[in-house]
Amino acid sequence: MIRDFEGVIIKTVCRAVTPFIQLYGLYVIAHGHYSPGGGFQGGCILAASLILMALAYDIKEVKKQLSEKLNTIFCSLGVIIYAGIGLLCLILGANYLDYGILYKILPVDAAHARSLGILGVEIGVGFTVMAVMISIFLNIASGGQHEEGEER
Amino acid sequence: MIWQLDIILLIIVVICALAAISVKDLLSSAILFGAYSFLLCLVWAEMGAVDVAFTEATVGAGISTAFFIGAIYHTSRRTKD
Repeated sequence: MIRDFEGVIIKTVCRAVTPFIQLYGLYVIAHGHYSPGGGFQGGCILAASLILMALAYDIKEVKKQLSEKLNTIFCSLGVIIYAGIGLLCLILGANYLDYGILYKILPVDAAHARSLGILGVEIGVGFTVMAVMISIFLNIASGGQHEEGEER
Repeated sequence: MIWQLDIILLIIVVICALAAISVKDLLSSAILFGAYSFLLCLVWAEMGAVDVAFTEATVGAGISTAFFIGAIYHTSRRTKD
């Protein structure tokens, strides 16, 4: 689907605007627990920046920056962070994902520990959503081949 | 909550939805669906549901339009029915 596209303006603008989109995505994830946004939306914005690179350049360019192996690692890393924080609360003697108990291992009080716990969960959700969205787009766009140039 | 703005946005949303399912060109349909998602995002934001509006803007107007365009390139561009 996506061939290398001969357009200097489009390529340069997309390459220049990508870091700002990623910075915005990180802002949305980091402020997810007290303003609109969160892990899911921030992960989608991070994925959209790399999808923009795939549309302006080609799939090879995206895989140069985020290889398939690293993408799969990110996919499971987010789930591990989410489930790990939940299990940590369970080990410390509270319910699953009851972040208040985390004050036992963090140098803060219970209310602040709750805020940090939800931040950790948002980061995990952001990792997984970003990796899965990029993976879905690459699979749809290349017909599951993950190769670019020769198909069609 | 301005009810006049609500009515205007809802009318445009319905027009976009009807256009997206009735147009023959699939690429136009995908773009109209993106416009529908973005207008629905404006409706959510106007009603005060900012988090829902954010999700609608990122997922509906941003990611799913790119998915649809990626899928259309693997099929014919015009519908048969």
